[in-house]
Amino acid sequence: MNKRIVVLVLAALVALATLTPVLAEAEKPYAGTTLTVCNWYDYIDEAVIGMFEEETGISINYVNFTTNEELYTKLEAGAGNYDVIFPSDYIIERLIKDDMLEELNYENIPNAQGLLDWIKNPDYDPDSVHSLAYMWGTVGIVYNTTMVDDPVDSWGILFDKKYAGQVLMMNSIRDTMGVALKYLGYSMNTDDPKALEEAAALLIQQKKDGIVDGYFVDETKDKMVAGEAALAVMWSGDAMYAMEKNDDLAYAVPMEGSNVWIDGMCIPKGSQNKEAAECFINFLCREDIARMNMDYIWYSTPVQAVVDGMSEEEFNDATLNPPQEVIDRCEYFLDVSDYYDIYEENWMQVRIAR
Amino acid sequence: MVNGRRVSKAVKGTYLALIIAFLYLPILVMIALSFNKSVSRAEWTGFTLDWYAKLLVSDAILSALKVTLSVAVTAAVVSTVIGTLAAIGMHAMKQGWSDLMVTLSYLPMTTPDIVTGVSLMLMFVFMKVPLNGGTMLMAHIAFDTPYVVFSVMPRLKQMDPNMYEAALDLGCKPMEAIVKVIIPEIKPGIVTGALMAFTMSIDDFVISYFTSNTAQNLSMLVYSSARRGVEPTMYALSTLMFAVVLALLLVVNRRNSLEEM
Repeated sequence: MNKRIVVLVLAALVALATLTPVLAEAEKPYAGTTLTVCNWYDYIDEAVIGMFEEETGISINYVNFTTNEELYTKLEAGAGNYDVIFPSDYIIERLIKDDMLEELNYENIPNAQGLLDWIKNPDYDPDSVHSLAYMWGTVGIVYNTTMVDDPVDSWGILFDKKYAGQVLMMNSIRDTMGVALKYLGYSMNTDDPKALEEAAALLIQQKKDGIVDGYFVDETKDKMVAGEAALAVMWSGDAMYAMEKNDDLAYAVPMEGSNVWIDGMCIPKGSQNKEAAECFINFLCREDIARMNMDYIWYSTPVQAVVDGMSEEEFNDATLNPPQEVIDRCEYFLDVSDYYDIYEENWMQVRIAR
Repeated sequence: MVNGRRVSKAVKGTYLALIIAFLYLPILVMIALSFNKSVSRAEWTGFTLDWYAKLLVSDAILSALKVTLSVAVTAAVVSTVIGTLAAIGMHAMKQGWSDLMVTLSYLPMTTPDIVTGVSLMLMFVFMKVPLNGGTMLMAHIAFDTPYVVFSVMPRLKQMDPNMYEAALDLGCKPMEAIVKVIIPEIKPGIVTGALMAFTMSIDDFVISYFTSNTAQNLSMLVYSSARRGVEPTMYALSTLMFAVVLALLLVVNRRNSLEEM
């Protein structure tokens, strides 16, 4: 008698197991013209998505990622079904190397013509075959003018004992090693172990001298706004945000040069809706849309017409619209995955030093 | 002696207070900040409900809420059915088999979430199933089911083993006996199990994170906000999630203690 129940239960379990995929099928979020877009969190004016959906009838499934490495891993797993992704420069290079990006068909992206000239041919993707710039910016020093008397024009000020306990560094391996490398006159993408060791030694000394108040990412903005530190390494977008909240703050890109970064738009291999995806990329390059996004995100725009349409105050704002000579002394992050372990080793030494 | 007892009472009290402070202070700070007018964590500039209002107009947050709720409800319903049937089946087995099955169902509960998440992801990738809301749902059903099994099992053990046979003697067919006799008897366990499953599903981040690429639930959204700076809207959202999960757990606990009485 009990056996019967067991058989019944097993039958029910089997039935349910076969039913589950059916349920899943009904949940499938993209049918026909739904684009799955994977972008950084809060990195688009939400109204833009609504406008696009209204104009094209394409619906957007919008998801977020947190780090470039995470996005890479998700794509590498081969199971990503994204149509448009927004990786940064050095990850674009790596994705191209690994043949994971579609080539863009510029016939479908006429607005790409209107991008800034220098941004059309980036080192990580010559001739923008696979990617178009979405937002860009620099890395520099945010300083509190009431606490810093010296001119801020060199990374050297971050290593000056005068500002002991007043300097905030970035908890980010490429950015912080890059600052030290640049100060020492090396490339931010160097593969020379000696240069990296020197850079690490410089950062360790800075820590030992008690100059560094801490390594942060997110808290840096708040601390600078609250006047808790005099100098901080920051992305230009975050710097704009902090300067808006505190009039004493200013931003400078040191003369040794720095990093210019680009978050691009790409279509990963395997996208089922390549043309619709190109339509979306084209839309984001449109002047009015790019202007909306710039106002929302406060990063620099790659669209020439938006730059031309800026108010005088905006145009002269070196943080929002860095002059060409600043861009010329900056370099892109390139893919260093082949010798990344040397970076990590040295970074570890810096992090554990006391 | 009296003095010693007082000291030990004081020590116990401090210990308890410390533990509670460590567990709940961070959450309290977050709840307080969700009402702060200023975006900055550094200053308190006044009370506001703006961040909660902002939640209601953000498409990103609303669509993540939709994913969270639809996955949690579906997963709770499906895993309750599977879990209940499985528990009845296991209960009816011979002792040895039953023990083996019970141990096997414990495994998903004791495996760290990250192991469950990664292995499910690998399985889906291996089977070439695209990672979306459907795979997230399947994963949630998988980790919810043991919770149902283990809230139904004790009720079955409490049940008089002769009741089922009595029902058959009185003319019930086996299926009728299950529906009319066993299910009503174990119903409190089933409801508790369903609530647990729902709570676990709302609460989950790690497994969802690994098993879905193209659908995003609330906890994944909160996580992704880290790069551009966590804003107070996220505190408000986390506060609401905390409140919902706490309320559900209180209901579950209350049901459990009522049952024991």
